Amino acid sequence: MGAGQVKSIKISKNPELLALPYLKRYHVWLKKNLFATPIDTLMSITIIFILWKMTSFLWDWLLTSAVWVGTAENCRQAQGACIAFLLEKAPFILFGFYPQESIWRPLLLFCFFILLIAFSKKRERWNLNLGIFWCAFLALFFIFMDGSFIGLKRVGIEKWGGLPLTLMLAVLGIGFSYPLGIALALGRKSKLPVLKGLSIIYIESIRGVPLISLLFMSSVMMPLFLPEGVTLHKLLRAQLAIIFFSSAYMAEVVRGGLEAIPQGQWEAARALGLNKMRILQLVVLPQALRVVIAPTVNTFIGLFKDTSLVIIIALFDLMYTAKASLKDPEWLGFSVEAYMFVALIYFVFCFSMSKYSRRLEREMSKG
Amino acid sequence: MTTPIIEISEMHKWFDDFHVLKDINLKIDKGEKIVICGPSGSGKSTLVRCLNNLEKYQSGKIIVNGHLLGKRGQNVELIRKEVGMVFQNFNLFPHKNILDNLTLAPIWVRNMPKKEAEERAMEYLSLVKIDDQTYKFPAQLSGGQQQRVAIARALCMQPKIMLFDEPTSALDPEMVKEVLDVMEDLAAKGMTMLVVSHEMGFAKQIADKVLFMDEGRILESAVPELFFKCPKHARTKEFLAQVLH
Amino acid sequence: MILTAKRNLLQGIVLLLIIIILGLLFLNAKNNLSQQGIQSGFHFLGLESGFEVSESVIDFTPRDTYFTALLVGILGTLKVSLVGVLFALIIGVFVGLMRLSENWLLAKLSLSFIEIIRNIPLLLQLFFWYALFTEFLPSVRNSLRPFSNVFLNNRGLFLPAVELGARWDLMFLSLALSLVVLFFYRKKWQKIKNDLGVDWRFKKYILCLPLVMFLLPWVFSGAKFDFILPKHIGFNIVDGISASPEFIGLLLGLSLYTGAFMAEIIRSGILSVHKGQWEAAKSLGLSRTQVLFKVVIPQSLRVIIPAMTSQILNLIKNSSLAVAIAYPDFVSVANTILNQTGQAIEVIGIIMAVYLIFSLSTSFFMNWYNRKVLWGQVK
Repeated sequence: MGAGQVKSIKISKNPELLALPYLKRYHVWLKKNLFATPIDTLMSITIIFILWKMTSFLWDWLLTSAVWVGTAENCRQAQGACIAFLLEKAPFILFGFYPQESIWRPLLLFCFFILLIAFSKKRERWNLNLGIFWCAFLALFFIFMDGSFIGLKRVGIEKWGGLPLTLMLAVLGIGFSYPLGIALALGRKSKLPVLKGLSIIYIESIRGVPLISLLFMSSVMMPLFLPEGVTLHKLLRAQLAIIFFSSAYMAEVVRGGLEAIPQGQWEAARALGLNKMRILQLVVLPQALRVVIAPTVNTFIGLFKDTSLVIIIALFDLMYTAKASLKDPEWLGFSVEAYMFVALIYFVFCFSMSKYSRRLEREMSKG
Repeated sequence: MTTPIIEISEMHKWFDDFHVLKDINLKIDKGEKIVICGPSGSGKSTLVRCLNNLEKYQSGKIIVNGHLLGKRGQNVELIRKEVGMVFQNFNLFPHKNILDNLTLAPIWVRNMPKKEAEERAMEYLSLVKIDDQTYKFPAQLSGGQQQRVAIARALCMQPKIMLFDEPTSALDPEMVKEVLDVMEDLAAKGMTMLVVSHEMGFAKQIADKVLFMDEGRILESAVPELFFKCPKHARTKEFLAQVLH
Repeated sequence: MILTAKRNLLQGIVLLLIIIILGLLFLNAKNNLSQQGIQSGFHFLGLESGFEVSESVIDFTPRDTYFTALLVGILGTLKVSLVGVLFALIIGVFVGLMRLSENWLLAKLSLSFIEIIRNIPLLLQLFFWYALFTEFLPSVRNSLRPFSNVFLNNRGLFLPAVELGARWDLMFLSLALSLVVLFFYRKKWQKIKNDLGVDWRFKKYILCLPLVMFLLPWVFSGAKFDFILPKHIGFNIVDGISASPEFIGLLLGLSLYTGAFMAEIIRSGILSVHKGQWEAAKSLGLSRTQVLFKVVIPQSLRVIIPAMTSQILNLIKNSSLAVAIAYPDFVSVANTILNQTGQAIEVIGIIMAVYLIFSLSTSFFMNWYNRKVLWGQVK
């Protein structure tokens, strides 16, 4: 869209800029990027002014005038944010109805979770062992949270809530919908009419309806279809709904990847004598999945956000606990604080995922 | 002594910190045909693209048809009306048919009535020998046909100078000749042409001067007979040995 | 030969399995339903609904049937979706162009906006806007009055309604008439344009004709333009046009969320056009605006429109979150009916069917569009 005399935005890449003395460098950069034309200058000044106002307001609200210790009355009389409310309610918002004395359990699991994620970031470490680690962690999660198998006080699944619940729904959702989506995509591309037809019906029906309708289905309709006496906890039913929902979107993403692989790859592999299964496993799928990393992670991020919908069928995820904390008659009226707290948590997870996906893409394109 | 139609003096250009064009001095007279050759990365495309401001230069002077092309792009609209360009990748507009590709600029830049623009377009299409494809889309034509259409499209604006940036490099061998034939016709009609190309046969035939560029400098500039028979520079000899095997 | 037989056998087995499973499920359902004393079938739709709906495009009383209630729900969904798509498009184009700006601040600001909105669940954003409206706006008595005839309070936004005294049927008739006239004369007009050359000003006047014809009957019937002003009477605001906090919360959340995604689509669409197109067009002498509108944007639409269609469909599906803030959209109403009648399978089936209709229509549109922009390619 028209480059100026200065070629790149980054100062470090501009020989003319680097040639100038230090202060002049920024002067030229500012002139080009912020104050190039009169209209530009006007806009920049307006934006800077607005940003200044907003920052000083937030600074005051969050820090200077905020109430860190006190009661609801103190907060209502003060101008600033009611951090006291957050400090008071944080255990509930984060862990739901999990008994206070056992909170160290989900806390410990959460630390393990973060460590495992940090460890898994490097692509070199992706192998079967890592997969086993993750499965082991999931098993550990269930055992530890419940507690009865290892002699700790039993905390039934109905008491799990807050962040661990959201993370559980998200991780299991991602973990199962990815392979299911791949299978569906392969089914859709299959030449057998039955497989292809069934896959298409599944994918198009699920993608055409909102997740809410599937969650309703899981909470209200599924029990009707189960034989007498067989019950599945509402949480697990919702988890299935999330997995089925996401797998349809995953299937379309993988299909895009498969279609991006040139026919020549198939032909070369076949000429080498590989059969269809092997070709998929060794040649086509690895490439296809790599090509669509960005849309894949986008789908994962969407899944993470969609877990918040379980509040509508009364499951105690992070969203539910946040809302429930606002119903305490002693602490009424602090919705902004509660929502911002939870928004921050979601933002941290989702934004990290999208940054990671961009990093992955860059790595893949270099390698 | 007529003034040259293109005059470049002491021109330098950097891409970030890479010095891509070093001290370029070049004068081209009206009707002259110049062919520029050299290894890839030598800056030949960049030089040609500076002439119609697709690339900006940082130092020196460029004067095209009497207009000074400023470092910040002053006078570019005037210059672009008189300079036509043909690209290596044709760059035809895929969403318009052939006729509309040609008439787009005359209608919207020169405010020509549509009928007149279409008549002129048909003339140029028959000049490049593509009269029967007018309502097709670029995707339906072969590479050679697309490039000839691209030439006709540039000619519809009736430029005084035509720039060619490796016009045949993206073509299959059997289509190169049809494009070169069109360019030869154009040359015969007296158009000022600046061509970046590896087609040495073409250079021998129509060029008034052949330039050799390497690492951002014009190392050698001579009439074809001298250039090919007795190149002065060692690098030129090396390059010609590689290209004319 | 053997291969085909193997394939057919495999497919046959799969089909058989599916039929068996479906059959089992069906039997279970029948059992469970009869145990609960719920009758299958859709005749419950004709029963009286017995509940009220907080806002509706058409009149609705508790004596109307469940079927009418569903209609009210669909209209509610359409209302918030249409306005939402409009706002989202405006936001999307605006922010998308900001992202492409050469002003560093503008580009970074729009990027931050997009990143924040896209990484927070829509439901949370809806709760946030709804809470803002209900908790931070004053009561009716102390309404905010940004303009003297506009009321803003925790019951909603109240604007003056416009009484046009217009015969809408006559107006649309004359509009249709003008369009027919234009259609028949379009060849003649093309000829004039071709002979004289393009005159943009001329084109603009022609476009005024339908507008003029549309307004003509209104002008003839007196050109009434009365404002019906909202008035504060007792505990309520009466007259005028109003938007409930639920509607506004849903609208704001949906438009901002979808708008952020649309902004990215527009940006990537414009960037998807090959740089060579810019260069070729510029070297032909076209100005930057001309390049943008005649060469780049038409090509970018090829990428933008399918993605936009997806987003519009997403907005319609996301409007179902209305059930969480009690706006009577289709899912909301259907949910109420489900809770009241217990006809789970039928109601959920209806919900899915309606949304499937939306999504299949958009699929058809997308396929048609993708075929239209092949531009001579063979696919």
